[in-house]
Amino acid sequence: MTYRLTINGASTEVAVPGMRRLLDVLREDLGLTGAKEGCGEGECGACTVLLDGAVAVSCLVPVCQVDGCDIRTVEGLGRGATGTGATTGATDAATDAADPQLGPLQRAFLETGGAQCGICTPGMLMAGEAFLASGAEPTEQAIREAIAGNLCRCTGYTKIVEAIALAAARQTELGA
Amino acid sequence: MTTDTRPGAVPADQPAAAPAPLIVTPDGPTRGRAMSGAPPRREGPAKLTGAALYTDDLVFPGAWYGTTIRSTEPRARLLAIELDPAFDWSKVAVVTAADIPGDNVVASIAADQPILVPVGGEIRHQAEPVALLAAADRETLRQARSRVRLRTEALLPVFDPLASTLEFAHYDLAKGDVEAGLAGADLIVEGTYRVGHQEQLYIENNAMIAVPRPDGGVAVHGSLQCPYYVHKALRRGLAIDADQAQVIQAETGGGFGGKEEYPSMIGLHAALLALRTGKPVRMIYDRHEDLAATTKRHPAIVTHRTGVMNDGRVVAQDIDLLMDGGAYTTLTPVVLSRATIHAGGPYDIPNVRIRGRAVMTNTPPNGAFRGFGAPQSEFAAETQLNRVAEAVGMSPLEIRRRNVYRLGGITPTQQVLRGGVAGAEVLERAAEASEFERVRSRTAGARSGRTSRDRTARGIGLALAWHGAGFTGSGEAKMGSVVSLELSADGGVRILTASTEMGQGTKTILPQIVAAELGLPFEAVEIAPQDTALVPDSGPTVASRTAMVVGGMLIGAARRLRDEVEGRTGRPFAESYRDDARSHGSTRIDQAFEPYPGVGFDDATYTGDAYPAYGWAAAVAEVEVDLDTAEVAVISVVAVDDVGRVIHPVLCEGQVEGGTLQAIGYATIEEIKLHDGRYLNDRLQTYLIPTALDAPRIETILVESPFKDVPHGAKGVGELPMDVGAPAVIAAIHDATGAWIPDLPATPERIMAALAGIAPPDPPGISTASTAWVADATADADPGAER
Amino acid sequence: MPFEPPVVSPTTLPEAYAIAAATPHRPLAGGTDLLVQLTGEIGPPPERVLDLWRLDELRGIVIRDGTLELGALTTYTEIRRSAACLAHAPALVEAATTIGALQIQNRATLGGNVMNASPAGDTLPVLLALDAELVAGGLAGERTIPAAAFWPAYRQTAVRPGELLVRIRIPLVDGGQQRFRKVGTRRAQAISKVVVALAWRADPQSGRWRDVRLALGSVAATPIRAAGTEAVLESAPPTEAVADRAVEALIAELHPIDDVRSTAAYRREVAGRVLRRLLRDAGGW
Repeated sequence: MTYRLTINGASTEVAVPGMRRLLDVLREDLGLTGAKEGCGEGECGACTVLLDGAVAVSCLVPVCQVDGCDIRTVEGLGRGATGTGATTGATDAATDAADPQLGPLQRAFLETGGAQCGICTPGMLMAGEAFLASGAEPTEQAIREAIAGNLCRCTGYTKIVEAIALAAARQTELGA
Repeated sequence: MTTDTRPGAVPADQPAAAPAPLIVTPDGPTRGRAMSGAPPRREGPAKLTGAALYTDDLVFPGAWYGTTIRSTEPRARLLAIELDPAFDWSKVAVVTAADIPGDNVVASIAADQPILVPVGGEIRHQAEPVALLAAADRETLRQARSRVRLRTEALLPVFDPLASTLEFAHYDLAKGDVEAGLAGADLIVEGTYRVGHQEQLYIENNAMIAVPRPDGGVAVHGSLQCPYYVHKALRRGLAIDADQAQVIQAETGGGFGGKEEYPSMIGLHAALLALRTGKPVRMIYDRHEDLAATTKRHPAIVTHRTGVMNDGRVVAQDIDLLMDGGAYTTLTPVVLSRATIHAGGPYDIPNVRIRGRAVMTNTPPNGAFRGFGAPQSEFAAETQLNRVAEAVGMSPLEIRRRNVYRLGGITPTQQVLRGGVAGAEVLERAAEASEFERVRSRTAGARSGRTSRDRTARGIGLALAWHGAGFTGSGEAKMGSVVSLELSADGGVRILTASTEMGQGTKTILPQIVAAELGLPFEAVEIAPQDTALVPDSGPTVASRTAMVVGGMLIGAARRLRDEVEGRTGRPFAESYRDDARSHGSTRIDQAFEPYPGVGFDDATYTGDAYPAYGWAAAVAEVEVDLDTAEVAVISVVAVDDVGRVIHPVLCEGQVEGGTLQAIGYATIEEIKLHDGRYLNDRLQTYLIPTALDAPRIETILVESPFKDVPHGAKGVGELPMDVGAPAVIAAIHDATGAWIPDLPATPERIMAALAGIAPPDPPGISTASTAWVADATADADPGAER
Repeated sequence: MPFEPPVVSPTTLPEAYAIAAATPHRPLAGGTDLLVQLTGEIGPPPERVLDLWRLDELRGIVIRDGTLELGALTTYTEIRRSAACLAHAPALVEAATTIGALQIQNRATLGGNVMNASPAGDTLPVLLALDAELVAGGLAGERTIPAAAFWPAYRQTAVRPGELLVRIRIPLVDGGQQRFRKVGTRRAQAISKVVVALAWRADPQSGRWRDVRLALGSVAATPIRAAGTEAVLESAPPTEAVADRAVEALIAELHPIDDVRSTAAYRREVAGRVLRRLLRDAGGW
């Protein structure tokens, strides 16, 4: 079967078995290795992507169910990429120098130390991105609930929560 | 966060106004604070954009897929490996022990663990590798897997470490006269503590890809902590020389000790298949295989007999420690040695006897995990001391004040603590920041007024620990590590070490250290990839030794490089190194480890300076226990850690926060149940780690009490927080409920058993057994069945 | 990359019925249970898959004929956001909130939970306590099965070969009260050790309880009703003395087992304590 997907704003077609996991389509058929496989059973969240704006674990989604969907992955979060990640947040000379391609949430992660080993980070960023887009009040509890489906073994979550709160605060400043 | 910098302790030769200051003292807990002084992590952008390549992200055209056939019995004689003749094996590579060109041994401390069990050999655990398969596509491999049969003869397994007769190691430590001490004590308190397995649960599973080299050797790319461990294993198992064995670390998604040793096994497996097929071979474990087969934290049984005076002075500690090593020796002797040395806790007790023993059971081998034995024995020590405090009617804070090591204190290995002794300081800082005594009197009041109407109970708990920095005893001196620093002809400054980045920030702090020493901006110092073809053996990335040992050696190398260049140019290094590179060409400094002055250890008597320095940690945890269900919520933790010197505050805090949450998981929910020597929680749905909602607020306070024999004073941070979290939580559960839970994890089942008198769960860490194995079977039929 | 069985994705219900009638297929809803089975590690993977995701007839939450009607493909996120569910099935909303995390709630469906028939399925005790009806459809038409008869044995349902679960109906009860409590393995993404769902109607005059239904999960091979305990509570007021007898009855009629998540002793004890708490809250003592 051929399935039509929009990935990070670009249309693409893949001819693969319908029960192939979206994660495998992304990583193996399309070479987008940002989403990671940590468990293959929807527990760790490292493969989290946005399906029509909503978080989903791509290891549990067969490609036959995303025909025609809009899919966003970590590769679409940078400033060079399209999507909400492309909006420019408050700038910081040091991090800009480190990498001018980072989007606002990515930059907040870099500043606060929200990424350590980095393997949960692509999924964590997508969960954070969905939370920021939801417009919910960025309380600590709300942020923790938003990332409760993403396991991190390095950080104790403290700096990830800080990163999302920082990005939310900057988003509010920009909107105000 | 606050950072204490003691003015008098700053090394005199610290550059006065280095462009990239080594020691950063942030003003206060403002967001993004580190940016003002500490650089963003070197590899951060790649990790944040998905560009960082972990092993499974690497593409090798034409690569085959490899898989491991494992035993399914805890102990058996392997009689034959049978390949179904009805299957077309022409498209499948099969490797057995008979195909191993070198020694059939995974090189480690002892030569007991085979790469693959040979026919006629003994299978010692349920997940033991017996044969390897590879195929060009996954479907063929999947079918081939189901066509392999192992013919075996069952042998009687041992699951109970108390019944095991095969000892991997033992250590006896003594100080003073323990019997006399106990005889003179006002009170003797006894206790037995048991801890189960813990899985490192790095989110990236173990993974290795082997690529044949034209010279007949093999290059292994993988997720690993110690490139030269794998290198050594390849040389021995494949009988190839040092140049033919190449190990390249891919981006590594967490290690925590879990990628210290098992990568040698997987690397050998991938390499054997690659050499057999002539193709790159991918060995990418899924979570199930990783959980079922790779090493865990050692279970332990610790018994204490403590003599105490009515004024709270502990006068005698008699401690017996038994660790379950699993089926093979692996790193067990060194884990046991650290556990034994730390078993008394951070207290200067006049009469001490510690007996540590590690034995074999027919369960998968246990190995390294953050803390390396100390979390097990210090959990027991701290919980025991809290019970002693209760027995003499003293606050947990006060009893620690009266017994904690001070400068000049003498340890059970007769080591005199000559500097960097910060136990009392971290204790006071933790008590102060958490308002320990005030909260404790409030929870005590709540406890006495409690009725059945109350739904929850709050409690607060305190723990204190010490953690020896770097390798135990003579380990570092024997290792003979080397680091290199290179000024290349094009004017680049490059660090060459085998120290790996797996989340802690190695690729950031090492350039920071060198840049500070050379007076260069952070960006001017590069770090070479961890590829054994490029970098020297600077030792494994373990034991929290990277910042202290490798960092110290790099400072030595930087000083030599600076002196050499300045000698030629007559101008300061920062102004002249580019000119020097142009005119003189490249300069490379190889710096070998030099033992710290006055630090000595006698392996024969097990006495002397067990560690060159100690880090000190205190934690205060507050919990809320649901009185209907005994569920525990850890609300907050104040973590105070003396790391010697903070090199990068954000990364350092990150280590403390992450280690603290791993300790909370250890204390509350992380448990592996076993039946017939097989882990029952071998999926992420059944082995649970804390989510963001299970994690408390963690307040980190970093204290700096430097190690004077390294120029930067760093003592390491990785393992420290792992030692204190669990006993603090257990003390808080006791404060909330009045129940001491001597077994980890303190699951709701164990707490409810203590509160309501219902049947407790099986003790942690020990396998139940089928009636087939034991005549007097007490196990329920198939407790692993999911209902 | 796990096994990839063949899949068909019909777009109309009659088409789906025809496929299901012709050859046995494993129905696929949100995939959160089925995709885990593709590895083959927890039993043989399905041979053929019938993807229901495009069947819009199986979506939607409506109030119709005195019932709250939910399409089988209703996701937990949709349940959480539904004002009708919050008004008429708050226990179901609470259960939906405790299942997985957002990633799972966005995909997993009520119908999937019902058909997966796990004894630990978190919504199943709620459906039992709310006396839900489950509607199965096929080429021969639709039929209605009461929740109390829907899970006859371990991981089995009353749906026949060739039938598909199409919707779930929950009767609206005037003055109906419902409570839900899940005791899980951690604070998010938890699998249950004990689930308790309780529904009743308080007599406006006497305050006595009528139509009491108490259902539990993870304490037997199927989700169960605790009939003996219900009998103690029926027509009784929620006093402390009644609670004592109810808890005693519950502990006597539960026969849970030890497994990898918990112990029989804990499950029995905690089921009793949770029931006592629910009764205490209702009785205000």
